[in-house]
Amino acid sequence: MTSPIITPDLVDLSLEADSRHDATRQLARLLAGQGRVTDLDGFLADVAAREAQMPTGIEGGIGIPHARSAYVTEPSLAFARSKAGVDYGAADGPAHLIFLIAAPEGGGAQHMTILAALARRLVHASFREALATAPDAPTVVDIVTKEVLGS
Amino acid sequence: MKLVAVTSCPTGIAHTYMAAESIEQAAAAAGHSITVETQGAAGADPIPADVIAAADAVIFAADVEVRGRARFAGKPVVTAPVKRAINDGPGLIAEAVAAAEAAVAAAAAGAGGTAAAPAGPAAAGHAAPAAGLTTKVDQDAGFGTRLRQWLMTGVSYMIPFVAAGGILIAISFIMGGPQVATKVFGGTFHGHVYPAAVTGIEGFTIAPVLHAAGLAGLLFLIGKIAFFMLVPVLAGFIAFAMADRMGLVPGFVGGLVATATGAGFLGGLIAGLLAGAVVMLLKRPRVPRALAGIMPVVVIPLVSTAVVGVIMAVAVGRPVAAATAAMTTWLHGLSGTNAAALGMLLGAMMAFDLGGPVNKVAYTFGLASLASGDTKIMAAVMAAGMTPPVACALASVVRKRLFTPAERTAGEAAWLLGLSFITEGAIPFAAGDPLRVIPSLMAGSAVTGGLSMAFGATSLAPHGGIWVIGLIGKPGLWAVAIAAGICVSAVCLVALKSLRRTAIAAESAANNIGVPESTRVAVGAS
Repeated sequence: MTSPIITPDLVDLSLEADSRHDATRQLARLLAGQGRVTDLDGFLADVAAREAQMPTGIEGGIGIPHARSAYVTEPSLAFARSKAGVDYGAADGPAHLIFLIAAPEGGGAQHMTILAALARRLVHASFREALATAPDAPTVVDIVTKEVLGS
Repeated sequence: MKLVAVTSCPTGIAHTYMAAESIEQAAAAAGHSITVETQGAAGADPIPADVIAAADAVIFAADVEVRGRARFAGKPVVTAPVKRAINDGPGLIAEAVAAAEAAVAAAAAGAGGTAAAPAGPAAAGHAAPAAGLTTKVDQDAGFGTRLRQWLMTGVSYMIPFVAAGGILIAISFIMGGPQVATKVFGGTFHGHVYPAAVTGIEGFTIAPVLHAAGLAGLLFLIGKIAFFMLVPVLAGFIAFAMADRMGLVPGFVGGLVATATGAGFLGGLIAGLLAGAVVMLLKRPRVPRALAGIMPVVVIPLVSTAVVGVIMAVAVGRPVAAATAAMTTWLHGLSGTNAAALGMLLGAMMAFDLGGPVNKVAYTFGLASLASGDTKIMAAVMAAGMTPPVACALASVVRKRLFTPAERTAGEAAWLLGLSFITEGAIPFAAGDPLRVIPSLMAGSAVTGGLSMAFGATSLAPHGGIWVIGLIGKPGLWAVAIAAGICVSAVCLVALKSLRRTAIAAESAANNIGVPESTRVAVGAS
């Protein structure tokens, strides 16, 4: 893996969005800003297509918009915290932790392993708790890197 | 408890793994071991076959079709959307545990109270029948073993029909006297000519049946209707074992065509295997996503049913009809030959397909002889038709380990069916292992038919078995002929089955017909 899946530039700890499309777009812009997404609208269309199949919100205030897309250059995670919450369709209410997972379309299994490891960490309350209380972006990156790669 | 699970979702990068982690955590917390196969973008690492074999239950947490689903055939299955696994891992684990326990209970009940069969390594995977429709098929086995497992799956679903229908018919004989059948379908019985109350089991009206034969007549008819289902159920579930759910339609319809064309249970075996093979072939090509949705519900059932139906009607039905006519002519030309030899031939025919076309030719020849005043042939035919089920029942009692639990259950009913001259009682044994069972039964029935003719026993009744013993001339010797045939068949059965090296007793499994699994809907594709 040449570059980490997340950097401080891909973290937004005070997201304000009026819809999940808006929230996803803001996170996608972070990815585009780092050159990880080559076509913002194309990528968003792929994410929306996935979201249309079934909402990606899960219980515990988590939203996980994600897609495999031809416009993604490397496996990436953009993370946001929203105080007000953004509705991602979960049964128990809006999401306060939002993970935008971007995977390259042609990515081999090797590429995907890191995202798989990330997804596995997401169900752990301790991981969510740590992210919910992280004071700043570098801490978020540290937590993700340590949890996903270190263990 | 040992569990296995498959998780999969449309994109294969998030929910698949979250679900896997969630149920792994929940299983560990509840003290169970679990192996999860994540069918996601990172590639699936298939669960080893021995782990699946040892598992007590399977969880499918999937929003798209589980790949290699057949590997888990025969296991109790819990199916859930992938999100449910993420949100409620402990609940899903509890459901799987409950399903496993229910299956164990069902297995114990299905085995008829007999101790659970010792499960060998090859059979361990089938020890716990699922709450849903199950098969006994081990995908890793060789072709011969799998063929046998396909047949045994069909047989296990057929057995309750044989038992229910056969015992109803026997009860109707006991209640209404053995002439019940003649009263319902018409014919001659002990010099009496009865008009037919019904023309067949389709489109009949109840009133004439009740008028002619009372409640016993109705029970007889219901028993016959249950028997009508034997071959379709056999064929349907053979195809199900081979090709899963999609095999059911062509299997059942092919079996119905076999019945309608008089091809009997051997025709049903052909229909079932053919249907399974056709569906397996149709499932193979990868189809465009737009078409994938309608393949299992429209295209495959339609095409496979048409193909199997036409082949059964043309390639099986017509030759059977021609052969039936030829055999009938040939039999009538044999009149005047050695009586004992004719008896042996008729006996062997009665046991060849146990109610199928050859059996019918011999039986119809007996009826014709009875109508023309020759009562010896009828006695020989009836005696020879009584030995197969009883011989199977006897063999399954004296050498239990040579028979599956399902067969032993069938054996319990077969005593009564055989003694009532309901030859179909032996079909569960013959259908699962035709190459060993049919010759054994033919040998015994030939002995019985030959002896009955040689003794000069007679019968004034066209059916009824032991219940018409009062209408049998030389009943003692007739019984000796039957007993001799039973012994010959039972000895042959035990001998031929002993030659097999595979331990059948290890093939545990009771007939288990439970609630179908909840229908799953594939959402898109990854």
